[in-house]
Amino acid sequence: MSLERFDYWTDIDDNAADLAGISTEARRWIIRMTHEAGSGHPGGSLSSIDILIALYFKVMRHDPSDPTWPDRDRLVMSKGHGAPALYTALSLAGYFVREELLTLRKLGSRLQGHPSMNKTPGIDMSTGSLGQGLSIALGIALGARLDRKDHRVYCILGDGEVQEGQVWEAAMAAAHYKADNLCAVLDRNNLQIDGPTEKIMSIEPALHKFESFGWNTIEINGHDFKDILKAFHDAETVKGRPTMIIANTVKGKGVSFMEGSVKFHGKTTTPEELERALSELGGDI
Amino acid sequence: MEWKLKNMRPGFGEALVELGSKYQNIVALNADLSGSTTTSMFESAYPERFFNMGVAEQNMMGVAAGLASTGKIVFASTFAMFATGRAYDQVRQSIAYPKLSVKIVATHAGITVGGDGASHQMHEDLALMRVLPHMTVIAPADYWETKKAVLNVARTPGPCYIRTGRTDTPLIYDEDYDFRIGIADTLVDGEDVTVIAMGLMVSKAMEAAEVLGKEGISARVVNLSTIKPIDKNCIIKAARDTGAIVTAEEHNMIVGMGSAVAEVLLDHEPVPQRRVGIPDVFGESGESEELMQAYGLTVENIVESAKKAVAMKR
Ligand SMILES: Cc1ncc(C[n+]2csc(CCOP(=O)(O)OP(=O)(O)O)c2C)c(N)n1
Ligand SMILES: [Mg+2]
Repeated sequence: MSLERFDYWTDIDDNAADLAGISTEARRWIIRMTHEAGSGHPGGSLSSIDILIALYFKVMRHDPSDPTWPDRDRLVMSKGHGAPALYTALSLAGYFVREELLTLRKLGSRLQGHPSMNKTPGIDMSTGSLGQGLSIALGIALGARLDRKDHRVYCILGDGEVQEGQVWEAAMAAAHYKADNLCAVLDRNNLQIDGPTEKIMSIEPALHKFESFGWNTIEINGHDFKDILKAFHDAETVKGRPTMIIANTVKGKGVSFMEGSVKFHGKTTTPEELERALSELGGDI
Repeated sequence: MEWKLKNMRPGFGEALVELGSKYQNIVALNADLSGSTTTSMFESAYPERFFNMGVAEQNMMGVAAGLASTGKIVFASTFAMFATGRAYDQVRQSIAYPKLSVKIVATHAGITVGGDGASHQMHEDLALMRVLPHMTVIAPADYWETKKAVLNVARTPGPCYIRTGRTDTPLIYDEDYDFRIGIADTLVDGEDVTVIAMGLMVSKAMEAAEVLGKEGISARVVNLSTIKPIDKNCIIKAARDTGAIVTAEEHNMIVGMGSAVAEVLLDHEPVPQRRVGIPDVFGESGESEELMQAYGLTVENIVESAKKAVAMKR
């Protein structure tokens, strides 16, 4: 995290090791805050948290003390139900104190069930209705180009989410307008609410679909920080095309009984499950 | 009454070019209807600030939101049907809720679309837009009001919906007209009843007032071009002064401008009201004037409604 673009590339091993520690703490907060709220989406938060931690701690140029800094890189959490992961990354990065995470979804809280840009510092766009974020990210990318600014725009998509037609309208338009300052990540955890994506509505071959729409595509392990950092680095060097990173992830990653489980898409922990989850993640907060 | 006719839509296109020359941050988006919506004028003048999004209205609204979040004042334009119907969720989630400066200027609203028929005749747009928090909703009456409204909303932060029609419409105003958001314009004064009209029903209301005058009924005519925020003071005053209200709109009578007026009356000054508008049915193909006759958007209907409203006074 820096006002300059950070050279995470030279010491990629050290940087990846830093991130691993941060993301374990982040996972504990995701579990605790959704438990405290009694509702919310732990599964898709745990699958995307490593990507968000890498972005907010190494990749993105931003300033937690100045959330509306015009030259900051932007992030659109298109899968808005992953809000707990986004709030955690923002909080750990310094946008607000960690304790505030426990106000998630409570009346009067700045932390709404889905991201609200006018309520929470650090949120670049309100989301929650799936399928809209890639269009918005493209708009931000075009705005940056008009202003001759070099900030980059990141967009996190769910793999069920890309069943929305608007995603493909945006995919077509981003390639048409050669938005190389746009980098999207597909959180490929293979699950949506009703079951596996390939059973509900197949999205494969996802990579080839984006490729044939004119995108640069990269496939990675979305929980391997070296993979993640390398992908973002490579995306920055591509000219004339937007980049789609297909991040293979595990829904509920880090908590044994949540991993690969549809059940924890939108269900939070019981007190016993909370205890088990936190102990698997190395203890209390 | 003799009216000079002029199309409203170039009022939008010309105002947009004027804005583009003054402000670097004006951007225009279109969805393969740049000629019909007249945004092609802006495209010719400022090609680098014009984006054709193709036949993809949902994406257009999202891109508009993203651009607005970087400080641009974004005019997104297509037919009323697609701007508000096709992309409703996008307008709600990505524009209204985050309160972004996206100005949706829709053309081809209402039954007077004519030959294209029901698939293109949008009678629900004002209903859809006026229930959205943060949204300003404007239905200009003529070319000049369209032009002034477009110039005006560019200076007012936040989301906005402006609806225009396809056909040439009577010129109510001239260059000197001072349009202000949220201020209704009283065109004819009267004591017995007030006809509150919008869009191309404004000229019909003025004609109706003339007919009523000959029959001894003094009718006030108000152009309620801003549907939201609604000019409560003007409506309450009309109710107090004249004791009876008629509304006239080229929109479904459900949740349109007439309903908005009824809400104000109910809360502040309940008086008899009659509504002229499109009944709760889909439209059909035909010539604009024929359709207005067939669906009751007539001077005669306003006159009859005014008499009924007057008769209902206690
Ligand atoms: C337009 C829209 N339709 C439906 C929903 C309800 N919904 C919330 S999450 C979800 C499944 C999303 O699956 P995926 O994109 O794979 O998310 P992840 O697995 O990353 O949690 C659905 C259908 C929604 N939020 N928006
Ligand atoms: Mg999924």
